[in-house]
Amino acid sequence: MYSVSELYIPQTLGEALAYLSEHPDTRPLAGGTDVLVQMRAKRLEDVRLMSLEKLPELTGIRCREDGVVEIGALTTFTQLAASETVAQRAPMLRTAALAMGGPQIQNRATIGGNVCNGATSADSAPGLFALDAVLVLQSAAGERRVPITEFYSGPGRVKRDPKELLLHIELPAAAPRHGDCYLKFSTRKAMDLALIGCAAACEIGEDGAVSKAAIALGVAAPTPIRASEAEAFLTGRKPGLEDLEEAGRLALQSASPRSSWRASKEYREQLIRTLAKRAFRAAYESAGGVL
Amino acid sequence: MHTIQMTVNGSLWTGQVEDGETLLETLRTRLGLTGTKRGCEVGECGACTVLIDGVPTTSCLYLATLADGKSITTIEGLSVDGKLSPLQQAFIDAGAVQCGFCTPGMILSAHALLQRDPHPTKETIKTALSGNMCRCATYEQVTEAVQRAAEVIAAHVGT
Ligand SMILES: Cc1cc2nc3c(=O)[nH]c(=O)nc-3n(C[C@H](O)[C@H](O)[C@H](O)COP(=O)(O)OP(=O)(O)OC[C@H]3O[C@@H](n4cnc5c(N)ncnc54)[C@H](O)[C@@H]3O)c2cc1C
Ligand code: FES
Ligand code: FES
Repeated sequence: MYSVSELYIPQTLGEALAYLSEHPDTRPLAGGTDVLVQMRAKRLEDVRLMSLEKLPELTGIRCREDGVVEIGALTTFTQLAASETVAQRAPMLRTAALAMGGPQIQNRATIGGNVCNGATSADSAPGLFALDAVLVLQSAAGERRVPITEFYSGPGRVKRDPKELLLHIELPAAAPRHGDCYLKFSTRKAMDLALIGCAAACEIGEDGAVSKAAIALGVAAPTPIRASEAEAFLTGRKPGLEDLEEAGRLALQSASPRSSWRASKEYREQLIRTLAKRAFRAAYESAGGVL
Repeated sequence: MHTIQMTVNGSLWTGQVEDGETLLETLRTRLGLTGTKRGCEVGECGACTVLIDGVPTTSCLYLATLADGKSITTIEGLSVDGKLSPLQQAFIDAGAVQCGFCTPGMILSAHALLQRDPHPTKETIKTALSGNMCRCATYEQVTEAVQRAAEVIAAHVGT
């Protein structure tokens, strides 16, 4: 039995937003795989829950005519992994979906919950950071768009107003030559959190040089981060192995990993250097780049 | 309290459940279906796995109220007229049961796998069961049981 003061199940988005305005202490409930676990640990009591499951506005994955891909907040990781649209635009999100939790968790856990929970270990975060994803939030007062890179404010904290719901996540249209890669490093292959998660996205221009380099890291800091120094270094280059080594070293400059029972700071630093290098190499090669 | 109506192992069940009640609790205490096991209660072990509209789900992380209108399959629902399903029989034949605590969850995850992929590879089986922990470490025998069941079912379908 969870300590629930009320479980409200709105049938429309309007009802949901009105309820949130009236009761800003409400916890939206998507898959519940974070909320309920936190409640079980008694970190949350007498919780007012609002189930999102009846709201069609939060579901579905579509590619708009302008090339932007919209992923509904309620999309489960199982649905994300099965989506052709996602496989086309951002195969690394499929990798991330299959690397998170286990099958039962993937069947329930949503990408919206993953983001709104605010964990630096969230497996979808590095990919969404690297793609410059935009979050579309709505409250009774209107709609708001926030780049995901500005959404996290600290461990387990995001800049979501309590009256807002995340409707969907937008992935900007890709250049013709693009590639990406997500590498999750964890002790176990399933049912384990990342020691470091690293996503890279790469676009190659007509001159054959890197026109966009993005490297994002999870668990390398209190929030997911972008490795801006490494990105600046790689942009405009036709990178060789030496350059990738340098990018790995530079990625470390953006990071501030900590020691925890899972891994030491030093071990994480080694992982950041190595994974940034490997992930970017894979992204570059899948964009058609040759080392 | 909410009044819900769900189909459990083919039969309709209507009743009242608390807002904070898990499907695991409803199944075990209100319906007496104790084949669904309570392990970690935080989604880690898979002992409480049931199928909700055919999809493996940890019932400890599922509020009973949300089961309204859904179809639930528990381990009790797999046998037909008191006869074990080929998958259940394969678990026994392969010696895939030690203490048995993880077995219902394992079998339901495997059942859902065989529904969508009647000829799974060893790797596919391992992935499909990666959310089910076994303290007795029967993993090898479990994988073998699922492979055997796939063969038995295929042979049966063939005849
Ligand atoms: C056994 C287990 C293993 C796990 N393994 C992993 C793993 O490997 N990698 C990983 O990243 N995570 C993992 N998780 C954590 C969790 O499953 C994910 O973070 C998941 O994506 C959360 O999604 P949810 O739909 O269950 O969110 P919920 O628990 O329903 O919600 C999470 C938070 O987001 C808010 N919220 C949800 N949706 C919205 C919305 N649309 N608008 C506004 N607010 C919203 C909720 O109020 C809550 O604060 C694991 C969890 C468990 C129990
Ligand atoms: S009891 Fe539900 S996963 Fe362990
Ligand atoms: S047989 Fe004992 S837990 Fe699996």
